[in-house]
Amino acid sequence: MTNIFSLLGRIVVNASRYAGQVGLLGVETVKSPVVGKIRPNLIGQQLVSIGFGSQFVVIVTGAFTGAVFAAQSYYTFSTVGLETAVGSVVSIALCRELGPVLTGLMVTGRVGAAMAAEIGTMKVTEQIDALRSLGVHPVDYLVFPRFVGMIISIPLLIAESIGFGILASYLVTVKGFGVPGAWYMNHVRTFTAPEDIGIGMIKGFFFAIIIVLVSCQYGLSVRSGAVDVGKNTTSAVVTSSLMILIANFFLSVLLNYFFPIRVA
Amino acid sequence: MSKPAPKSPSIGKNDDPFIKIEDVHKAFGTQEVLRGMNLEVQRGESMVIIGGSGTGKSVTLKHIMGLLQPDRGRVVVDGTEVNGLPERKLGPIRRKIGILFQDGALFDSFNVAENVAFPLFEAGLRDRKEIFERVREALSVVNLEAHLAKMPNNLSGGMRKRVSLARAIVTHPECILYDEPTSGLDPVVSDQINILIREMQSRYKVTSLVVTHDMKSAYHVGDRIAFAREGRVYFLGKPSDIKASKDPIVQDFIEGRSRPDGNSAAL
Repeated sequence: MTNIFSLLGRIVVNASRYAGQVGLLGVETVKSPVVGKIRPNLIGQQLVSIGFGSQFVVIVTGAFTGAVFAAQSYYTFSTVGLETAVGSVVSIALCRELGPVLTGLMVTGRVGAAMAAEIGTMKVTEQIDALRSLGVHPVDYLVFPRFVGMIISIPLLIAESIGFGILASYLVTVKGFGVPGAWYMNHVRTFTAPEDIGIGMIKGFFFAIIIVLVSCQYGLSVRSGAVDVGKNTTSAVVTSSLMILIANFFLSVLLNYFFPIRVA
Repeated sequence: MSKPAPKSPSIGKNDDPFIKIEDVHKAFGTQEVLRGMNLEVQRGESMVIIGGSGTGKSVTLKHIMGLLQPDRGRVVVDGTEVNGLPERKLGPIRRKIGILFQDGALFDSFNVAENVAFPLFEAGLRDRKEIFERVREALSVVNLEAHLAKMPNNLSGGMRKRVSLARAIVTHPECILYDEPTSGLDPVVSDQINILIREMQSRYKVTSLVVTHDMKSAYHVGDRIAFAREGRVYFLGKPSDIKASKDPIVQDFIEGRSRPDGNSAAL
């Protein structure tokens, strides 16, 4: 019994310590443009790496999620003659939940892992010490450009994912199952409000913060060797993914309070 | 059982040392690495720290750069106490010092020229022609002008170390810290590095602090040699003093002798 309490205690202490470190990194990152040096070329590189580099993954994820959701909705709705409602259901679900969450998870896997591994490797090969010894603050050089790159890229990637999801669902529903295109589009336009898209973007902003801070902190906390880099990279992806899913629930409840689903 | 280490000798009576380390203690977990390290390096002097592995030589260098904070004691660089200074305030002090890391610590996403140019860009230099000239000059000092465009993973260990040295000297710092500058190098390149360290000191009046196991190098580059043992300075003197020392622990180390029981008293 004592062992269980001791284990739980250790988990709570470690989680609290890690949360504190992420918080401090967040504060240092926000301070960076004020007290540090902004490097536009590094921000540009991150925009290319995160934004442009994630195009394929995000488009495929959005399109196939929209397609499969449309197909399943059609099978169910067609039993009660509501096939035309597929467009509105898919659109709202993609804008409010699936678009931001799936994009966040895919970007975590593709970019978050790379951030933790790259920074972790720099740590064990003393490249971060070399940066510091040249008078360069690691947060200014490594974290802030990634932070800005992610904050700008994620909303655009989410919008892209939603767009391709709706397009794929249109193709499946209208071209595949023969639902009239005018009805489909009418339902999408009637039931999807600008707030729905806004909710997706707001969630994306928070997910971007989670991915960058969690991944960079795991990279910076690597102590020694390849094993530690691998372990921290895995932890970065797992922790970011879980935090995105948990944060998504609370954000959904909160944002639904301010922007309830519109009834036409 | 080894005899307890004597109190660190009082050293450097000059009033204006560039580096002053006073009673520095540092532990990593339960492992005490520095146990009252005292050392002064005078301006323009070339000081060598020798000692067995794990006696805190590299850790001492990291304290001087502010990369590690002592648990106790003071580290003063050019009149400024660096321990306890926030990271952002350390920048100006760090820019006065160049450091050659043990494994080079080159940025692996940059080629040789970009690695050497990096400190110049960070110092605010924007004139590409001037940067290129300074990079070429620094690389010519270490005989690597022909390898400007190579990536670090295409360089040998010795070449990486020389690029790191070029990066350390390109900004003409007031002081250079060398962490094992000749380890892993062939004797000819080691000799070139030793000559270079001496040249940096004589030509630019650079203060040098060299950590090494290589006694040939220590005698060549050191005005004074500090022998570190059990986390503090055990012996300090000129190369001739250390050679003439009758202390068996010092002699064991400089002669590279192990004891019949396999435990050298020097470690």
